[in-house]
Amino acid sequence: MIGMKSLDELHAHLPADAVIQKPLDIAPGLSEYEIVDYFKARAAECASGYTSFLGGGVYAHYRPVMCDVIASRGEFLTSYTPYQAEMAQGTLMTIFEFQTMICQLTGMDVANASMYDGSTAVPEAAMMACRITGRDKVVVARNVHPEYRQVLDTYLKRQGLPVETAAYDSKRGTVDLDDLAKHVDGHTAAVIVQSPNFFGGIEHAAAIAEIAHKAGALLIWVFTEAVSLGLLEPATEADIVCGELQSFAISPSYGGPYAGVIATKEKFIRQIPGRLAGETRDADGRRAYCLTLSTREQHIRREKATSNICTNQALIALMATVFMGVYGKQGLRDLAHQNLSKAHYLASKLPLRFDGPFFNEFVAKAKNGSPAGQNAALRERKIIGGIPLGDFYPELADCALWCATEMNKKQEMDSVAEVCA
Amino acid sequence: MSLGKTVQILNQNEGLLFESSSPGKIGYQLPPLDVPAVDPRKVLGAGNTRDEITDFPEVSEVEVIRHFTRLSTWNYGIDLGLFPLGSCTMKYNPRVNELVARTEGLAWAHPYQPEDLSQGAMAITAELERAIGEITGMESVTLQPAAGAHGEMTGILVIRSYLEKQGNPRKIVLVPDSAHGTNPATAAMVGYEVRTLKSNDKGMVDPATLDAAMNEDVAAFMVTNPNTVGVFEENIVRIAGIVHAKGGQVYMDGANMNALVGIARPGDFGMDVMHLNLHKTMSTPHGGGGPGAGAVAARAHLEPYLPTPRLKQENGAWTWDYNRPDTIGKVRAFYGNFGVLVRALAYIMAHGGPGLRNATVDALLNANYLRKRLEPHFDLPYQSPSMHEVVFSHSRQEKRGVKTMDIAKRLIDYGFHPYTTAFPMIVPGAMMIEPTETEPKQELDLFVDAMTAIAKEIEADPEFVLKAPYNTRVSRVDETLAARKPVLRWRPQVPVSRAAD
Ligand SMILES: Cc1ncc(COP(=O)(O)O)c(C=O)c1O
Repeated sequence: MIGMKSLDELHAHLPADAVIQKPLDIAPGLSEYEIVDYFKARAAECASGYTSFLGGGVYAHYRPVMCDVIASRGEFLTSYTPYQAEMAQGTLMTIFEFQTMICQLTGMDVANASMYDGSTAVPEAAMMACRITGRDKVVVARNVHPEYRQVLDTYLKRQGLPVETAAYDSKRGTVDLDDLAKHVDGHTAAVIVQSPNFFGGIEHAAAIAEIAHKAGALLIWVFTEAVSLGLLEPATEADIVCGELQSFAISPSYGGPYAGVIATKEKFIRQIPGRLAGETRDADGRRAYCLTLSTREQHIRREKATSNICTNQALIALMATVFMGVYGKQGLRDLAHQNLSKAHYLASKLPLRFDGPFFNEFVAKAKNGSPAGQNAALRERKIIGGIPLGDFYPELADCALWCATEMNKKQEMDSVAEVCA
Repeated sequence: MSLGKTVQILNQNEGLLFESSSPGKIGYQLPPLDVPAVDPRKVLGAGNTRDEITDFPEVSEVEVIRHFTRLSTWNYGIDLGLFPLGSCTMKYNPRVNELVARTEGLAWAHPYQPEDLSQGAMAITAELERAIGEITGMESVTLQPAAGAHGEMTGILVIRSYLEKQGNPRKIVLVPDSAHGTNPATAAMVGYEVRTLKSNDKGMVDPATLDAAMNEDVAAFMVTNPNTVGVFEENIVRIAGIVHAKGGQVYMDGANMNALVGIARPGDFGMDVMHLNLHKTMSTPHGGGGPGAGAVAARAHLEPYLPTPRLKQENGAWTWDYNRPDTIGKVRAFYGNFGVLVRALAYIMAHGGPGLRNATVDALLNANYLRKRLEPHFDLPYQSPSMHEVVFSHSRQEKRGVKTMDIAKRLIDYGFHPYTTAFPMIVPGAMMIEPTETEPKQELDLFVDAMTAIAKEIEADPEFVLKAPYNTRVSRVDETLAARKPVLRWRPQVPVSRAAD
């Protein structure tokens, strides 16, 4: 039909010096059964059957069955970015709902359809602040997630946007306001603070906003534990709120895929990166949805775009949307309250390093000053203890970061207390 | 009514979730607290505690499942039929991949759990790195980038750090006018000035144009191969030579690797660093716009600059190496979209080396079949041989006032997701069609029937096509209105009585 005698003719026109010289060194194909077997064997080499108190930006929350049921529907799972609105109203409406719920949680006016994760949302928010203010420097608190700060450096350094770090208060674990004020000046585009911060502590939005705004800088408010939004007063003083939604039904999955998000005030919408779904009408006046304000984006603006982001984390954002729908107004509050109570129970048994209020994570001094020794003892009880902090904060080498969620049982926490107290 | 491969049937109406909400309805259940309940206002401070999440939905479990199920029926996916969105490689997403990604020990692996309790996850990552290295002909691979554009950024950062180490990061990145928008946007994000090169009349990079633009200020040339008109760059080896001669590096956008796997390797034809979209070539689902994974492969001289951490083996065990003095740094937290990587490796294992090559050949076959059958009806701006996709132009139909987007909308009535419209920009009124290898001939024939029927409709009654689609839940969506008066979130209607006070 296509006028060729053999399949090889399909690529016979490739230049001889560009074609492969020998077959790929990849074993022949396997059956479905063998594949399942292989991954089961690899999974068995990981931590199955352990109780974990790990947090630090990734949280073990129960995942309502509904989230996988919806995300497994082929119409969502196997569709593309909704460029053709008439054939993607389902995806578009869920994005619109996602954007709305994120606004309700964060107290912002608009939210985008998702970013890759929390760690990349932060530099994107910082770049946004630089565009808005026409300034180039950002100041980030040292108790923002250490890996997020590394990503921030990677993104900003080569664009000639300096990043300065403000200390945390060694007693409370929250941002040191005096040190922050010293770093913020007329070149500062944004102050970046996380709450609950990496140590689990709650930051004081009004005081920090005052320091930022007095200097004409924006306040970027970061969250890694989305469940906290069920109880914490939203930081409406912030100009941009960004963070990670892994807590909303996304399995830890060894670090991804998760979903980040950026939310902001109405007046900044033309500078927000990423996809946005908007409400409109069809030709017959019916309510309809489509991707919008795309003149911000790479496919239209190319090198002048707000970001290079194209594919985001849509299916993850959908799972988070279903999660928010399942828990709803009362449930998210109850869930947050359970986390708060569990963490405070565990904390009551351990020597706390900081004395400020915290949500479901906190820093505690390790037994004999050795988080490694303590974790080894816990391992014998099939418990993975808190994250040793020495690699991230040398001055906290004798401490660990603990997290308790609704998934941790009293009995396990009592067991931790026996080993660590 | 029946048209193409569809018939109109009942479809449920559904409002926004907020519109089904009423106070007190719940759809969740938590176990009783086994520890003392704390008072949030006491432990967090009253000022830190919110009273409620204003207007957050309150719905029952059955309402949640109906809501999202109804919305899903307003969507179209590969599971329903051909999705010939060019450049996006919408192939079948094997379901076993979904299953294995949810295996307990993998799905619940915390990125900070001890390495000796993560060996399986690390072995999977290492195995995929090896396979991608073999497929691309490159010595080193990082799986950290979250999508294609993120891979581009990683690759250009790597080039920048490499050049910096030689003493000068340089100033300019060259990009052909056929490039995807992410290419210039990426170069700008890494601090480079972008210069655009005009393609030649075959839709390819013109070596003479490149040579003239190439100088010691140019850090990199970003090339897509096969390029965005679906054509293999016939001078690719010479192109690499021109860039290298002036000390520049070649970045390859590997979004179109589905045309090359098992047939040609970028490392063999002179590329220095590239990304693959695992959510295209390696069949991981697009999920309505992600998640993806943008694996980056690099030649040995660029390996020291790859993002941290890197996998290495020590005493027979995998470990993450953070001690990498020349690294560009971290491009994201943790190690990548691991769940996507699991699916990609499952795909590679299912095919094996020979199967991967067969898939490529079938992808070329399907694209060339569509080209041959549609050529009588639509204008083909570039005659160069097609690889995995074919790009037509609407120029013939435009004479009747019908544009690529109108044809796309009419295609929806016939039950197909449209092709890519208006990209690449070098083809006015582009209709970019990529069927992939997983389409049966029957489905391709139905697509051809639909396209030819539309071509005839345009001859007979262009006005009719301009108002398509007719058979969808919503008629043509007003995108101009959406942008002019942005409504980006739901807000409750203020009751009349309250509005009056
Ligand atoms: C040619 C090309 N380059 C780059 C990209 C960007 O990839 P991603 O959407 O995964 O960021 C795409 C896909 O959208 C593409 O088609």
